[in-house]
Amino acid sequence: MSVLSTYSDLFLRAFGTTIQLFLYSAVGSLVLGTLLAMLRVSPVPVFRVTGTAYVTLVRNTPLTLVFFFFAFAYPLLKIVRLDPFQGAVVALTLYTSAFICEVVRSGINTVPVGQAEASRALGLTFGQMLFSVVLPQAMRSVVPPLVSTLIALLKNTTIAAGFSVSDAGSISYVLSDEGANMLVGLSWVAFCFVLLVIPLTLVQRALEKRWSVAR
Amino acid sequence: MTAPTPAPPMIRMAGVDKFFGPLHVLKEITLEVPKGQVVVVLGPSGSGKSTLCRTINRLEPVDKGTIEVDGQPLPAEGKELARLRADVGMVFQSFNLFAHKSIVDNVMLAPVKVRRTPAAQARKTAMELLERVGIANQAEKYPAQLSGGQQQRAAIARALAMRPKVMLFDEPTSALDPEMVQEVLDVMTTLAKEGMTMLVVTHEMGFARKAADRVLFMADGEIVEDSTPEAFFSAPKSNRAKDFLGKILTH
Repeated sequence: MSVLSTYSDLFLRAFGTTIQLFLYSAVGSLVLGTLLAMLRVSPVPVFRVTGTAYVTLVRNTPLTLVFFFFAFAYPLLKIVRLDPFQGAVVALTLYTSAFICEVVRSGINTVPVGQAEASRALGLTFGQMLFSVVLPQAMRSVVPPLVSTLIALLKNTTIAAGFSVSDAGSISYVLSDEGANMLVGLSWVAFCFVLLVIPLTLVQRALEKRWSVAR
Repeated sequence: MTAPTPAPPMIRMAGVDKFFGPLHVLKEITLEVPKGQVVVVLGPSGSGKSTLCRTINRLEPVDKGTIEVDGQPLPAEGKELARLRADVGMVFQSFNLFAHKSIVDNVMLAPVKVRRTPAAQARKTAMELLERVGIANQAEKYPAQLSGGQQQRAAIARALAMRPKVMLFDEPTSALDPEMVQEVLDVMTTLAKEGMTMLVVTHEMGFARKAADRVLFMADGEIVEDSTPEAFFSAPKSNRAKDFLGKILTH
C-alpha cells in the first residue's frame, strides 16, 4: 500500500496519460479501420488493393517498429511536427486500425448478400447501403472481437513509455530509479489496468444485450 | 404540333446474352413489356427466369444486348443506375427485409434516403402502405418477429413506397409455407388490377391464370413460348411446355 500512497501522483498522472492515449487512438482507429474495411469491400479495384496493401503492411509490422518510425524516421520527412504524445497516438491509430479493419470486414461478410441486393434494388447508393444497412448489422455481430481489439490497444499504449511519453508504462522506470519495491509497484500497475478494462467489458455486454433484442 | 410519339415499352430487352462462366443462362432474349401489362414468367428451375428478372434492374449485369426501362437504357453502375433502380420495385424470394430495422423503418428507409422525403411524411405513407397490405398492426416489430407471409407483404410495401413504374417479383412465394402463399398472391393480384406493370417469376399457376395478361415460358435460357394464359395452359405449342405442364398440373 505504501508504494501506491507514496507515488499516488505518479500513478494518477501516468494513467491519466494512458487513458488519453487510449481514447484518442480508439476513436481514430475505429474511424480509420471502418474506412479501410469499406475500401476492402468496395466495387472499385484500386480501393480494394489500397485497403489490402495497408492491412498487409501495417498488420505485419511490429508495433515497436511503427513507434520507432514516428520517433526517428517521420521527422526526417519534415511534414507536420508531432510531439511524443501525438506521435504515439498516430502510431497506435495506424497500427490498431489494420486490426479493426479486419474485424469490421468479417462483420460485413456475415451480413447476408440479400441485404445489399435489397438496398441496391431500392436505389440506395453504395455509401448509403453501407452506412444504413450493412455496417449497422456488421457491427452488431462483431462486438466481442471489436472490444478485444480495443483491450489490446489499451495495453499496447504502454509501448509509448519507451518513446518519451509518461504513460502507465513509464511508472516502472520511476519506481526502479528510486529503488521502490518493484513487486508491489508493478502489481499495482497491473491492477489498475484490470480496472480500466472492466468498463470496456461492461460496454461490450450492454451492446450485445441491446442488439440481441433488436432484431 | 408534332405527332405524339408512342409511349416506349416499360421494359425492352434486345439480344440479351448472359453467361455464368461456361453456362449460357440467357440466350438472345428479346422482349417488350408495355405499360400496365402483367407478365408471368414460368419455366423449370435453371431455365434462366430468375436471372432474366434480375437483369432488368442490373442486379445481374448482362454480357451482350441492351435493356431499357421506360425508354431509358440501363446505365453502368453508379448514381445514374441507383436513380433508375429507385423507379423499379423488386420483391425477392427471401424477402430481404433489413433485419436491424422495424417494419415501418424498412418501408421508410429508401423514400427518406433516396427521395429525400421528410421523415414524417414518409412514415405516413409507409403506414398507409402497410395498411394496404394488411400488416399495419405489425409496423413496430422487427422482421424476424413476423411470419413469412407478413414479411413478404412488408417487402412489397417497401418496394411500393418508392412509387415504382414497374415491379419485379422473383419467386415471391417460393420460400413461404403453403398457408401463407395466398395472402401474398392476393396483394399481388390487387396490384395487378390497379394497373401496375409487373413481371412475375413464379410457380403459382393459379396466379398466372387469374392475374396475368401474358405468360412467358422459359427453358434453357430461351423464351420458348409467349402467349396469353388461356392459350398457354389449354394448348401449349412446344413439347417442353407440354412436358412442364404435365409434370406440375397432374399433382
